[in-house]
Amino acid sequence: MLEIKNLHATAGDAEILKGIDLSIGAGEVHAIMGPNGSGKSTLAGVLAGRPAFAVTEGSIRYKGEDLLELEPEKRALAGIFLAFQYPVEIPGVTNNYFLKASLNAIRTARGEEEVDAMDFLTLVKEKMKIVEMPQDLMGRSINEGFSGGEKKRNEILQMLLLEPSFMVLDETDSGLDIDALRVVANGVNHLRGPERSMLVITHYQRLLDYIVPDVVHVLSEGRIVRSGGKELAHELEEKGYGWIEGASAP
Amino acid sequence: MSETIEQLADREYEYGFVTDIEMERIPKGLNADIVRLISSKNDEPEWLLAWRLKALERFQKMLAEGHHPTWAKVSYPEIDYQDMYYYAAPKPKKELESLDEVDPELLATYDKLGIPLLEQKRLAGVAVDAVFDSVSVATTYKDELEKQGILFGSFSDAVKDHPELIQKYLGSVVPYSDNFFAALNSAVFSDGSFAYVPKGVRCPMELSTYFRINAQETGQFERTLIVAEEGAYVSYLEGCTAPMRDENQLHAAVVELVALDDAQIKYSTVQNWYPGDKNGKGGIYNFVTKRGACRGKRSKISWTQVETGSAITWKYPSCILQGDDSVGEFYSVALTNNMQQADTGTKMIHIGKNTKSTIISKGISAGRGQQSYRGLVRMGPKAHGSRNYSQCDSLLLGDKCGAHTFPYLEVKNASSTVEHEATTSKIGEDQLFYCRQRGISEEDAISMIVNGFCKEVLRELPMEFAVEAQKLLGVSLEGSVG
Amino acid sequence: MSQVLEQGRDRFLALAARVPGGGALDALRAEGVAAFTAQGLPGTRLEEWRYTNVAPLAAIEWSDAAEHLSVARSALEAVASPVFACGLEVFVDGVHHAELDGTQRADQVQELADAATAPAALATLADAKRHPFVALNGALTRDGAAVSLDGDDQRAVHLVFAEASADVASHPRVVIETAPGARGTVIVDHVSLGLARHYSNAVIEVRVAENASLDVVVLQRTNDASFHTGHLAARVERNGRLRTHTLSLGGCFVRNDLEVTLAGEGAECVMNGLYLGTGDQLIDNHTWVDHAVPHGRSEELYKGVLGGRSKGVFRGRVMVRPDAQKTDARQSNPNLLLADGAEIDTKPQLEIYADDVKCSHGSTIGRLDPESLFYLRSRGIGVEAARLLLTRGFAAEVLNALPEPALAETLGAVFADRLERSGGVA
Repeated sequence: MLEIKNLHATAGDAEILKGIDLSIGAGEVHAIMGPNGSGKSTLAGVLAGRPAFAVTEGSIRYKGEDLLELEPEKRALAGIFLAFQYPVEIPGVTNNYFLKASLNAIRTARGEEEVDAMDFLTLVKEKMKIVEMPQDLMGRSINEGFSGGEKKRNEILQMLLLEPSFMVLDETDSGLDIDALRVVANGVNHLRGPERSMLVITHYQRLLDYIVPDVVHVLSEGRIVRSGGKELAHELEEKGYGWIEGASAP
Repeated sequence: MSETIEQLADREYEYGFVTDIEMERIPKGLNADIVRLISSKNDEPEWLLAWRLKALERFQKMLAEGHHPTWAKVSYPEIDYQDMYYYAAPKPKKELESLDEVDPELLATYDKLGIPLLEQKRLAGVAVDAVFDSVSVATTYKDELEKQGILFGSFSDAVKDHPELIQKYLGSVVPYSDNFFAALNSAVFSDGSFAYVPKGVRCPMELSTYFRINAQETGQFERTLIVAEEGAYVSYLEGCTAPMRDENQLHAAVVELVALDDAQIKYSTVQNWYPGDKNGKGGIYNFVTKRGACRGKRSKISWTQVETGSAITWKYPSCILQGDDSVGEFYSVALTNNMQQADTGTKMIHIGKNTKSTIISKGISAGRGQQSYRGLVRMGPKAHGSRNYSQCDSLLLGDKCGAHTFPYLEVKNASSTVEHEATTSKIGEDQLFYCRQRGISEEDAISMIVNGFCKEVLRELPMEFAVEAQKLLGVSLEGSVG
Repeated sequence: MSQVLEQGRDRFLALAARVPGGGALDALRAEGVAAFTAQGLPGTRLEEWRYTNVAPLAAIEWSDAAEHLSVARSALEAVASPVFACGLEVFVDGVHHAELDGTQRADQVQELADAATAPAALATLADAKRHPFVALNGALTRDGAAVSLDGDDQRAVHLVFAEASADVASHPRVVIETAPGARGTVIVDHVSLGLARHYSNAVIEVRVAENASLDVVVLQRTNDASFHTGHLAARVERNGRLRTHTLSLGGCFVRNDLEVTLAGEGAECVMNGLYLGTGDQLIDNHTWVDHAVPHGRSEELYKGVLGGRSKGVFRGRVMVRPDAQKTDARQSNPNLLLADGAEIDTKPQLEIYADDVKCSHGSTIGRLDPESLFYLRSRGIGVEAARLLLTRGFAAEVLNALPEPALAETLGAVFADRLERSGGVA
């Protein structure tokens, strides 16, 4: 589904990603772990087309297409979803309106009919139950005044609604207590299936107890230095990142 | 981001056409003879001419003493008040028996502006007074309104038909000596709208005036007077457009509102005068004095404005809250783009007890636009228990524009409360990226954010105008309709 | 200009002609005379003086300090005793009185009258051409202090300007310069010795170097008959940090001007202010922060309490220049009106020419919250004590931000005492 080859990316003058190779097949869940500053969020941003990053070398193919050619909204329409580490607040625009606009843009791109207000409401209510989100959040401005946990649930709610085929979770576990983590992970697992793939970015192993990955990669200084099964995450947790730092790619 | 904003900024002015119609104009220049001529065109009574001449004298004195207002944060070359026409009207102006007699060119003009005047096509629920350059050319639903005792029509007709009302209220809110442009207007105003809603009557439809400047080198000086007697209610709308011309044209209007006990006046403006081209050539100078007097107890005056046009806007719709428990409101969205300049805001003068005012001002600056909010909230020594809340927000699009906030708060009693807040921010890259990641195009995202920013004001507009305002701002009416 | 302003100007100019020449201040005086002659005293048609009429100040025939007064140390200590360890430097009627200086003299301080050369920052920050009272200070100043802070952990400097003689006007000048990375605190303290009417017109110029951190406390606690105009102009270089504390707790006519330029990237300033108006006092605070370069941060909190028939004026101007992207500027001006005769005229003002900024201001005017008052009373606290308590609470935010807790405590007591004595809370 996703093929990353020799990816180099910069933020401003600094090179952050220094040659990433990564291949994710349909239905697979990959986890990326790594210390702060290793380039995890940059990778997430590059996949979604965040303007602050520039790709200087390498390629990303998504379902056979050159992803780097696409504008951010075109990537979204093609089924790529980024759950933001820091969901953005937009005063004055209600969550309700925003989600409906987003869903209809994506349905139109898929060749499906737009949903009307009533159907949308029914759909949202059903999804909100999964992430245990209070109703009143839909009428409020996007993420404005939401608690950290509410923001993250809102991200997963969007994901459930839009039903993307490739999901990037950028430190979705940060700032969540254990109950919220379980709720969020439950939402994510709802979407697992043979046609959907996921890239789960996290600093800690605990999220991976709930969203069990097929492959774990360790990112350090802009490169993948180690890859393995889910047991690699446990190993990292025990030994700390010092263990892999300086180690070369296997 | 900048590309999309530039595209938004570069949209053509839609109403820039010129109507080819035979006009009658009086000679250029400003003097007592010109004022007499304008007065005689309207067959005015002696007292009105005398009032105009006093205003002219005051204006000439202010001009000679250099009292042209300079405190606003706008700049423009000195205006030569002798080098323009003060009266232009489609001819011949004769007594019209019905709307069917209106010049077809004029009807076509208003059709093109989306304001059909003929009976079979006209807007339902909105009575329109159409002002073309210096004169009112038609008023719809006049007779229907009169059945309920509501007077609505051109100012010049009102002077003839109801001189006692005009004499009682003209200049009672904005005296001719009030300021430089009010003095000019009082001397040379040619027409405008007059509305009078008698005691206890709730006006069943929106009253509306559509102002059109067409003639070249001509200033438009209209005068609007709205009186709501005890317990009356009226909602009034005005719209404005002008052709694209390379020269600047002056629009100096005066609007006076009077609300007696328990009366309510809702006054909405969608101002879309020609703003000039991208380089600041041409456009209307919109120097307007608008003021409402809440004379009666529990009366309420509400100003809502969407200001997108004009090269320069200088405008402070205000409320004098004289009656106890009276309420003043000011809701404003102003957008400056390219080389536009706007210095706008309001004055809320609290005199009576337990008076309340709300100010919501939203400024959007793009291109090289410069925009200022200037407001005054004054709590007089006897305005016990009064309250004001002001919120002034500015949104910046692009790095060459400016947004400024100049609130004056003066409080002279200890039981009043004043709260003022202001913020300035730009549309954030991260907000745009977030929307785009959810599949929403950049242009739609900007519209969505701008609209969210203006929502509190747009929802104050009557439906008919909200649609127009939405079109003007290039935004969808998200959320404000339900 | 009105007649009274013209007369006032001419009297000041006559005084200037009598100031003895010689020394490092000659250039300053010449510039001051020229600028003051050109501007005269400001009228209310000027936007900067819209709410403050200087006619009462202009109507008085002020004189120069006639002689070197003999002042007892105990008299001084009664009004301006330092509340924590700091270097003390005392001026009476605008002239240095070495015999009153602290036993631990502030070795970072040099008297301007004795200086061989003028300090580098003198007359470079406060603009005499734009500010008539800066010009007047330049024309008439006799003495003042140059403070240079060059290390870390220095003792605070406490400069006391005490006024004693009737109808004397003094024009002290203070220049504060820091070395890169230095830290320090300077307190400029205006007090009265006795009840005689007097006028002090101070100018303080402050340069905060790269990475330096400075607190400047300006205390104005003169007697009820006194006049005061004060001007503080500061420039903060890259990553420098300035905190000003302007407390107006006395006088009958007080005008403070504060102008801060954030001149280097990452520069920061915090401006705190507290003003308490009682009786017929007029207290006017004008502040201006100029964000000239990117990544600057300013935070302003001016709180006002106005009782009796006093009048407060606040104008806070925040300017963000076209290049000053990523500016973060916040301003807040809450006011309490305690009596119906009291008045506040406030004008918070944002002028923004850059787009990538976060700026906000807020201003509120109101009375003590009746619900809070009721709550306290329901717990058995008398109405006057409750009002006093709430008003002190209102002021606490500014007092607690003072660089020394002991100072906060002392000034909190001055505040409460003044409030109580004026009957302002009744």
